Amino acid sequence: MAISRRGFLQGSILGGAAISAFGFDVSPVHAQAKTLKISRTSETRSTCPYCSVSCGVIIHTLGDKAKNVKAAVVHVEGDPDHPINRGTLCPKGSTLREDINNPNRLLTPKVRRPGAKDWEEISWDNAIKGIARHIKDTRDRTFVAKNAKGQTVNRTPGMAMIGGCTDTNEFNWLQWKFITAMGIPYRDSQARV
Amino acid sequence: MTNGWVDIKNADVILVMGGNPAENHPCGFKWAIEAKKTRNAKIISVDPRFTRTSAVADIYAPIRPGTDIAFLNGIMRHALATGRFHEEYVKIHTNAPYIISEKFSFDEGLFSGFNAEKQEYDKTQWAYEADSKTKAYSVDPTMQHPRCVFQLLKKHVDRYTPEMVEQICGTPKDQFLKVADMVTSTGNAPRVGTVLYALGWTQHSVGVQMIRGAATMQLLLGNVGRPGGGVNALRGHSNIQGATDMAGTFEILPGYLQTPRAELVDLKTYLEKVPPQTLNQEAWTSMNYWSNYPKFMVSLLKAMYGKAATKENDFGYEWLPKVDGNYSWMYIFDDMYRGSATRSGGTEPSPEGFITFGMNPVGIGPNTQKTLAALSKLKWMVVGENYEIETATFWKAPKSYNGPETSTIQTEVYQLPCSGFAEKDGTFTNSARWLQWKWKAVDPPGEAKTDQEVLSRIFLAVRDLYKREGGALPEPVLNASWAYTNPSSPDLGEVLKETSGKALADIMDPKDPTKVLVKAGEQLAGFAQLQADGSTMCGNWLHSGVYTQAGNMAARRNNADPTGLGMFPEWAFAWPANRRVMYNRASADADGKPWDSTRPGIVWNGEKWVGDVPDFKVDSPPGQFGAFIMNAEGVGRLFAPSLADGPMAEHYEPIEAPVDNILHPKVTSNPASKRFKSDKDIYGKKEDFPIICTTYRLTELYHYWTEHTAILNQLQPGFFIEIPEALAAEKGIVNGGRAKVTSARGSIEGVAMVTKRLRTLNIGGKPLWHIGFPIHWGYQDDPSHAGPLANFLTPSAMDPNTWTPEFKTFLVKLEKGENGNTPRS
Repeated sequence: MAISRRGFLQGSILGGAAISAFGFDVSPVHAQAKTLKISRTSETRSTCPYCSVSCGVIIHTLGDKAKNVKAAVVHVEGDPDHPINRGTLCPKGSTLREDINNPNRLLTPKVRRPGAKDWEEISWDNAIKGIARHIKDTRDRTFVAKNAKGQTVNRTPGMAMIGGCTDTNEFNWLQWKFITAMGIPYRDSQARV
Repeated sequence: MTNGWVDIKNADVILVMGGNPAENHPCGFKWAIEAKKTRNAKIISVDPRFTRTSAVADIYAPIRPGTDIAFLNGIMRHALATGRFHEEYVKIHTNAPYIISEKFSFDEGLFSGFNAEKQEYDKTQWAYEADSKTKAYSVDPTMQHPRCVFQLLKKHVDRYTPEMVEQICGTPKDQFLKVADMVTSTGNAPRVGTVLYALGWTQHSVGVQMIRGAATMQLLLGNVGRPGGGVNALRGHSNIQGATDMAGTFEILPGYLQTPRAELVDLKTYLEKVPPQTLNQEAWTSMNYWSNYPKFMVSLLKAMYGKAATKENDFGYEWLPKVDGNYSWMYIFDDMYRGSATRSGGTEPSPEGFITFGMNPVGIGPNTQKTLAALSKLKWMVVGENYEIETATFWKAPKSYNGPETSTIQTEVYQLPCSGFAEKDGTFTNSARWLQWKWKAVDPPGEAKTDQEVLSRIFLAVRDLYKREGGALPEPVLNASWAYTNPSSPDLGEVLKETSGKALADIMDPKDPTKVLVKAGEQLAGFAQLQADGSTMCGNWLHSGVYTQAGNMAARRNNADPTGLGMFPEWAFAWPANRRVMYNRASADADGKPWDSTRPGIVWNGEKWVGDVPDFKVDSPPGQFGAFIMNAEGVGRLFAPSLADGPMAEHYEPIEAPVDNILHPKVTSNPASKRFKSDKDIYGKKEDFPIICTTYRLTELYHYWTEHTAILNQLQPGFFIEIPEALAAEKGIVNGGRAKVTSARGSIEGVAMVTKRLRTLNIGGKPLWHIGFPIHWGYQDDPSHAGPLANFLTPSAMDPNTWTPEFKTFLVKLEKGENGNTPRS
């Protein structure tokens, strides 16, 4: 891209301040432009995760993405270069910042024990360990090597897995490999419903 | 979509039916408006509700929910009766001249071959007639033979007169005829029309046949394969196309290969039985692209099992889980609820463990009460999510949902914090089949992890247990290829390379066997380079070419549009093979000239096809093969012998039918649609529940997700029920007051929105009502956004091809409301 809108604005302002080419006092504009949050942000190209139009979005984060810098999303807007949405967004896309920086996000793993009335905290390591044990026990207990007709079926009917449709193709591929390795026949997706 | 979002601007007529893109796909719908502004295109909205799509349409036609097939068949009757169809296209690009078996018949609502006990058809009775010796198809190029497809279709749709359409659909005859005239104005070479649809078609017990009806109509009008044409599923989620391509559903493997059934005992049998066989047909033979099936399948097995997949062990085919019967959504919860399953005549366990990522089955599936009861029988459940959802807390669902008592539920539930779109890179495939790479912007909050890391860690932990302890058939677990640089958190670029495919040995040039085409270890250029001998690997042949030696094609951002038709060939990557309009060979005539030179798809220049990436062999002259290379017969199907419920679309009433089927009262609903028999599966009758009900989305909210976004909750704060004015008056319900809706499954309450958008339908001389409500509420919403789960009311009724639930038409009764936001406690 030759020149960004922001670069143009800043360049014009500086030029304007120097030679008064606008013919009016641009210092208030200059002051405002200096305080715009996005003047200090990194831009990341992304895709709106809601509907299937796939509007291009630009996510503005504070910080330069260096390893020791914690980025914070301050603004999300439509990508004007994107051939489908051409910079526009619907009400949902326009509020993506509120989805990313949301006070209701889950922050820690939790477990609800059989019969319990509430969640308890659990470490990632213990959660993964507990889940792996359940999977292995269920697989070993319910594995069907041959069906009633004696045909080899190698499946685990004791497990079911359902996936959503707002994660990446790559996650979906990993999920299919996981399902296939475990032999899970009961598998479905948002794509069905 | 066969075409794409921007391509809608090339249309002359835009029929929107079974969808409401102005509200549900606002930024894509701009291209319909663009067509209207720049080429005076006409937008038609056929919808039970006067939506914001209807508000900008040139013609609005009301329709009774679930009766779209009668409407579409009526348009086809009009086209055939008035000659307003594209005859030349139909002759060369469709199966209209093909002759069908003598066994085919249609009588009293049933096609031939119906087995009433099994509720299944013997589809061989609908087969093409073929010469017993040569196997050549019988074809009548004049389309006069009484059993040719053209004549059968004509006879089939002849019952759908404008008067019949009015009786079934409630659409006034003059409004129907206006629509029929406008749509059939594209049944010729100079004009093109598109069809836009969404879940308003898929979520019916006749959903697939509605879409078949549209496809048949578009083929008849010559609109398939052309820029500005096609049959376009708008779809509802950012990667619903990709999740489908990647085999989210039980019946397919990645790239729409079939999941092996138990009787396909080895790879040889699978490859003999599954791919469609080409029948020899002299004049207009087929390329039958599926003849490459073995290359796709073996490359997939190599991607799955890596070095452990060898020619000697059938590339690991034996380790693949084989299926017996149906394992789709409603069967999962039915078997889970019943505690066992019947498979191949024997009894097998049903799910005792359940894993779900980025998915909320309690909100999303039909018949909430049954879902809750089924989950309560689990030993364990894992939920990977960004927010706390109804599924994760099913064990403490409000009492009004009639779930089991918390203390009696012995399920151990793990809730794992995962990450949102901005917190990971990777590709989404939109409904135009574009795979677009996105870049990571921030880390997940708190201790949350990316979904790929969570899944990988679980996988590796299970694999460790098998390494240490052994167990039931450990080979598929131990041999699954997970050879990423960082196996516990794979780089998604590396994963994309795996799905795109690479050479495992040198691939020689088929034109010059002394030359190496692709060196071992290099990324493949596309699926044409795949091999069936284990020398290539590819996770999804359909996505092949998305990551080549030149790099990540999905990350391309050149928005140049050389044709001006909105194809953007160097923006991202469109499957298959970066093709922007599918079936584009049909955009040209028998000589390879475009039907309309201002909107060419591909053109034969004497040596090769130019324009879009051809959906054809690039150097095969026109006439060598039929235009539809994925069909064994090489042509588009006006008559489709492959579907579960008939080769041509027929009007059936919904499973919960508000009236008897006036065409064949003995067969009111889809005869091939099965019902569940548990005590939680209660289906309502019209005598008790006389009102039609539909569920839908709102512009300001997204599915069961944005209920945590404060600004959007302020825009759409409360659950409401839309009620036509006359019905509200009859029930004493006032606008802004409360209304109670009851189906055979339960009751919910909400604010009454008394509206002119819904009207009284005059069906068979009697008034019939329909109401509707949006789906976006639940018991785990932000407290500022409380409301009932819409699916508490919906039935476990389904389409017999896709087993998709019938959310769009079920029966209810309506009363004045009393309480607060029941069933929230």
